[in-house]
Amino acid sequence: MLEFLIKRLGVMILTILCLTFIVFFLTNLEPNLQRLAKTQANNRMTDAQVESWLGARGYKRHIVIKYGEWIGIIPGWKNTINDVETGRCYRTGQESTPRFCGILQGAMGYSTVFRDEVTTIIGKRLWLTGKLMFWVMVVMIPLALLIGVLAGMRERSKLDRGLSTFSIATTATPEYVSGVIFIVVFASSVVGLKWFKGSAASAMDTITFDNFTLPVATMVLYGMGYIARMTRASMAEVMTAQYIRTARLKGVKFSGVVTRHALRNALIAPFTVIMLQFPWLLTGVVIVETLFNYKGFGWTLVQAASNNDIELLLGCSIVAVIVVLLTQLISDIGYVFLNPRIRVN
Amino acid sequence: MEQLSSLEIAGHIFLQFMPVWIALAIIISVSVMFKKRLGLYGQVFDNTIGLAGLIIVLFWILTALMADWIITLDPLGQYSGMKNKRPGFPVQDVEGAYFLLGGDTLARDVFSRVVMGSRTVLSIAPAATMFAFMVGITLGLPAGYLTGRLDTILSFLANLVLAFPVILLFYLLVTKDIIETGIPMYLAAVLFVFPIVFLLILFTTRFKTRPGELTIYLGITLTFGLWAYSGLAFDADPLGVWKMDSNTLNIFVSVVFVNSPTVFRIVRGLTIDIKTRDYVAAAQTRGETPWYIMLWEILPNTRGPLIVDFCLRIGYTTILLGTLGFFGLGVSPESPDWGNTINEGRKLLSVYPHPALPPALALMSLVLGLNFLADGLREESLRD
Repeated sequence: MLEFLIKRLGVMILTILCLTFIVFFLTNLEPNLQRLAKTQANNRMTDAQVESWLGARGYKRHIVIKYGEWIGIIPGWKNTINDVETGRCYRTGQESTPRFCGILQGAMGYSTVFRDEVTTIIGKRLWLTGKLMFWVMVVMIPLALLIGVLAGMRERSKLDRGLSTFSIATTATPEYVSGVIFIVVFASSVVGLKWFKGSAASAMDTITFDNFTLPVATMVLYGMGYIARMTRASMAEVMTAQYIRTARLKGVKFSGVVTRHALRNALIAPFTVIMLQFPWLLTGVVIVETLFNYKGFGWTLVQAASNNDIELLLGCSIVAVIVVLLTQLISDIGYVFLNPRIRVN
Repeated sequence: MEQLSSLEIAGHIFLQFMPVWIALAIIISVSVMFKKRLGLYGQVFDNTIGLAGLIIVLFWILTALMADWIITLDPLGQYSGMKNKRPGFPVQDVEGAYFLLGGDTLARDVFSRVVMGSRTVLSIAPAATMFAFMVGITLGLPAGYLTGRLDTILSFLANLVLAFPVILLFYLLVTKDIIETGIPMYLAAVLFVFPIVFLLILFTTRFKTRPGELTIYLGITLTFGLWAYSGLAFDADPLGVWKMDSNTLNIFVSVVFVNSPTVFRIVRGLTIDIKTRDYVAAAQTRGETPWYIMLWEILPNTRGPLIVDFCLRIGYTTILLGTLGFFGLGVSPESPDWGNTINEGRKLLSVYPHPALPPALALMSLVLGLNFLADGLREESLRD
């Protein structure tokens, strides 16, 4: 088990390095840097001025060195222009300049759009998204499992047909479609129901039933169908097992068979699926937060990407990648623990 | 002219779609007549959900093909005084024409845009899925069959792409700046090789003992393959038949890139499962080459799950394309692409819901149809 864990962690770190390097490479492409120079300094700079602006800020060096600095294993660059020392690790109001300043030192850089430290922004936004995710999970998981178990316990019954069709329909409705429909039906003045608010901006301070129902419902709807279908498949398979038949023949009531014999085994597979849903939920978060104007992590990612805020985008991506990989790891470990038939060698 | 009532709007729309209804009726009745001889496709007609899915999918395919006859007005044209007008409003300048589903913020006809938008989706999604399958199959078969270091490296790469949040990848890959750097072109150069390689290996292994036929097949593949390849990936087709504008290429490549690792994983898993079967052992004993076994023994036996996944994946690709449009990535603002139209419409959603709703429902119904079809195919293929 320990060896398995170490191996998995090793692969995970390698993956993080590869992925962040790709993001680093793509965000530090020449056109992006030129755009950065023009938005930061002066829109009408000549090409030569752009070059010198970038050169003075350490952008014109080899990508691997810059990446090393960003990680924090290569000392940050220093430059002396007109007797004023500048460098990657220099900040105003800092007493001494650290030699390294990268992710490993907890320094993610400075956001050019929000004019704040990236770590502060991400911390704040991640908390907001955490709240959203929490409510999504609280609603989605029980609902999905319930639908899956109910559909799977009697395969090909009317209940199964109905619930399966419903789950297929939800997986076919991406967030930007269901969100739009929800807003039109429940929040617009046209239909006139006006049960909920079409914007979740106020939910950033206080979450109420009014302002949070639609974003949560939108995300739940799309994520739920897939988990429900997996649960159904797993449940249907378990229900054909020998020991279920034995239990039935022994005279256990159907409800007893489902709850006491089938359920535990049927829930192993959905657990992995739920964990692997996280990467997809991230995309959902981005869409829902944009649609409902909820300024969380996903919204920040969009702002960073569309405004060429390189450091913030890098910060967002490393957080996203780590979240995805951690959930994969947890799902693997959890699977091993839950399923005694799997032995890791 | 009077504004149309809801019933009249429905009637007008029904009449506009007349070519589709006729074609649909012909296809369905012919298929039902010969369904015994049509294999898996014929079996779908015995399955209620599968049939419903098939009809929806066919409806959109036919709509995309005959979009020119269905639209009432120019989907890109702006009509004066028609800004945000309600569904069924008569056009002021054009006699006898209505905005059947209303107008958008730029005074364009929503109905015609939705109909035209089906073309963008249906020209990219199936083709991109096909390419993703070619890549996934060509790499997944050897990874699952030969295993070893090759499998380790390929699986690592696949997991790398899968661990990438899709939306981040899109934001990084689908931008105007990226086109300048030529990255989409290099990606295309790599990804578009796979179909050619796949076909070459396919024919070489089959006709190895018949050099005459082999030369013909290889010749055809190479001529057409390289011709299309030069045109699509490098925009260097001397005859100018194969061409993709840089925006579309960028979207196409990104979507293929995102989808291939999943296909790779599925094919690899299926291969690992199937290679222990007796007929594979028999082929090995006969002394067949590994590639022959992979392509002619294993691949045909994975067709069931792969066909089902193909349908689902077209739907998923449609959702991805919509996501791209929703964030305004890689599409020109006036393009009638569904995702793009939803994005434009959502800004005034609580006041004017009619511009955003039709494309949203259109996209949903297409994906729903594909998912239903996949479900029907799955059930029918499990039956025998």
